[in-house]
Amino acid sequence: MTHAPHATGAFTDDPTVPEYTVYGADWSETVEEAMRLGQQRIVMNMGPQHPSTHGVLRVMLEIEGETVTEARAGIGYLHTGIEKNMEYRTWTQGVTFCTRMDYVASMAQELVYCLGIEKLLGITDDIPERASILRVLMSELTRIGSHLVAVGTGGNELGATTIMTTAFIGREETFKIIEMISGLRTNNAYIRPGGVAQGLPEGGIAALRKMIPAVKQRLDEMAALQMENPILKGRLKNVATMNLSAATALGITGPILRSTGLPYDVRKAEPYCGYETYDFQVPTSTDCDAWSRMVLRMEECYESLKIVEQCVDRLEKLGDGPVMVADKKIAWPAQLSIGTDGQGNSPEHIRHIMGESMEALIHHFKLVTEGFDVPAGQVYQAIEGPKGLLGVHLVSDGGTKPWRAHFRDPGFNNLQALSIMAEGGQIADVVVAIASIDMVLGGVDR
Amino acid sequence: MSDNNDIQPVAAEGRSPLTLINVREGLFGAKGDTSGFDGLVKPVQMPGASERPYGEWFDGVVDILEELLGDAAQEAIEYVVVDRGELTLYIAREHLLAVAQHLRDDQDLRFEMCLGVSGVHYPADKGRELHAVYPMQSITHNRRLRIEVAVDENDAHIPSLCGIYPMNNWHERETWDFFGIIFDGHPALARIEMPDDWVGHPQRKDYPLGGIPIEYKGAEVPSPGERRQYR
Repeated sequence: MTHAPHATGAFTDDPTVPEYTVYGADWSETVEEAMRLGQQRIVMNMGPQHPSTHGVLRVMLEIEGETVTEARAGIGYLHTGIEKNMEYRTWTQGVTFCTRMDYVASMAQELVYCLGIEKLLGITDDIPERASILRVLMSELTRIGSHLVAVGTGGNELGATTIMTTAFIGREETFKIIEMISGLRTNNAYIRPGGVAQGLPEGGIAALRKMIPAVKQRLDEMAALQMENPILKGRLKNVATMNLSAATALGITGPILRSTGLPYDVRKAEPYCGYETYDFQVPTSTDCDAWSRMVLRMEECYESLKIVEQCVDRLEKLGDGPVMVADKKIAWPAQLSIGTDGQGNSPEHIRHIMGESMEALIHHFKLVTEGFDVPAGQVYQAIEGPKGLLGVHLVSDGGTKPWRAHFRDPGFNNLQALSIMAEGGQIADVVVAIASIDMVLGGVDR
Repeated sequence: MSDNNDIQPVAAEGRSPLTLINVREGLFGAKGDTSGFDGLVKPVQMPGASERPYGEWFDGVVDILEELLGDAAQEAIEYVVVDRGELTLYIAREHLLAVAQHLRDDQDLRFEMCLGVSGVHYPADKGRELHAVYPMQSITHNRRLRIEVAVDENDAHIPSLCGIYPMNNWHERETWDFFGIIFDGHPALARIEMPDDWVGHPQRKDYPLGGIPIEYKGAEVPSPGERRQYR
């Protein structure tokens, strides 16, 4: 029993409270020592550096033996000031910032941010259909990727490495497509105010058609591995439960809310990007536990694949064409293409601005350095992110930069449920609860 | 504010001007630029209060709320703004709790969820510098509206909504952390993103972005917050 020389915050401010520093030793020995010393209350710190915390999450646990009596989450270790930074960049540059918040669901954030800007600009109806389809396509691929990470790492944290490797192989298939279309696997900055950065590349349709069964195969493999697995069932069933009234009180959305029986999905309730024209279901469950959340995420992956299939059909029918608004005062001036030295501005565009039109050069320069003015006002835009309702509050002062950009990350809100899920359960089930909330600390802390 | 009415395009449509978002000076970040636009002063305002009918379901919701608030309605609802298809109610902070209670509990309103609180700092809007913006979501009626509460930055107190919307716990902590708005009645209004001993509220406009100058091939590029930029 020692008093650690370092500052540890409010918990141990009281010097009469003994502090134990345990590094991977047998836990029962620590408990025994505490019992021998007659300590009634043990507060354990899990994280911020812990493999199961999906980033840097600190969980403060008050325990009695193996039972958690109180759980509190401490966040902020990954705060990077993204919202503040966005106030110093143009509206378009903001995309490269917000895409890095929840780095497992990049596209969702780009989409909600761009939809917000378009609402401020009043050009929501001018977005070309092709761009909207590409946005839906990318969002759904991202949803699959995010859910696979949620289920895969959730399994990995329980020791089931195969679930993780299978999930990541499936996610890789979606990444190949995302990389083929946007040039990057994550943090794409692909969805831009007014449309998307570029259309489908050559051979895109064929690659998408090949990807769908490949992902489906991995999903089937995972389902076969998980759904009848007695260990996984034992670990997840009736663990980390939270019912509808608790979920509503805590503002929970996404798969966790749907696991309590409420089929609330922003794609259905308040469709954007033409979601009302796609055929897909919103899976729900009434079991309210970690198992049902995992099953829902798997089912949602299949639904997303259905949407992807419809997107491919539509894109094939539409063929090539514009993927940006026609308004040259807003549309990003360049089209990217792949040259011998990698991806960059298309040679046609360079020829045009450098050799043909002085005005085009000026416009290009003005748009890229200054950006475009957004009329003063504020909007709120919400979409269904993989993890729940993802919202953005944008305020413009009529200038080229946001006056304020605030994101409601679903993980930030949903993490509040950790106490309800973990208290009264076992320490080992805290890991299950965290995995079933599926937050990403980059998004939580922003 | 009213002096600037004629230069402000958004205050058109016969609306009375509202929140002064910013007073922009010049067109460029640098002092003494050669463009000649240096002396330009441009106040920018939020879209002003709307006149009835508000359209869609907005009238109905405002009617019900006014009825439930009774005599206090006039004082509680400062302005009603309809802009870009969204309804914003500016609420006096003394009446925020009553308004939230009605919004949550009345069967015709039923805004079950508050999607958090977003702080905004308008240093030019004297006496109403700090705004707390609450997006309210009704799952039952599939509606969303916005509650906005404006306070003086020297008296930045707003009652906490945690008792009515427990989900706002962390959101209010975040807004305290970043803007210094004190939510009275919050169970534990501690900083959430910044370290506990941090000084200042980083998302306020008078708080610098920070960062260091970057050296590149002998030249020095100022930190992002210090660079010349368009206004």
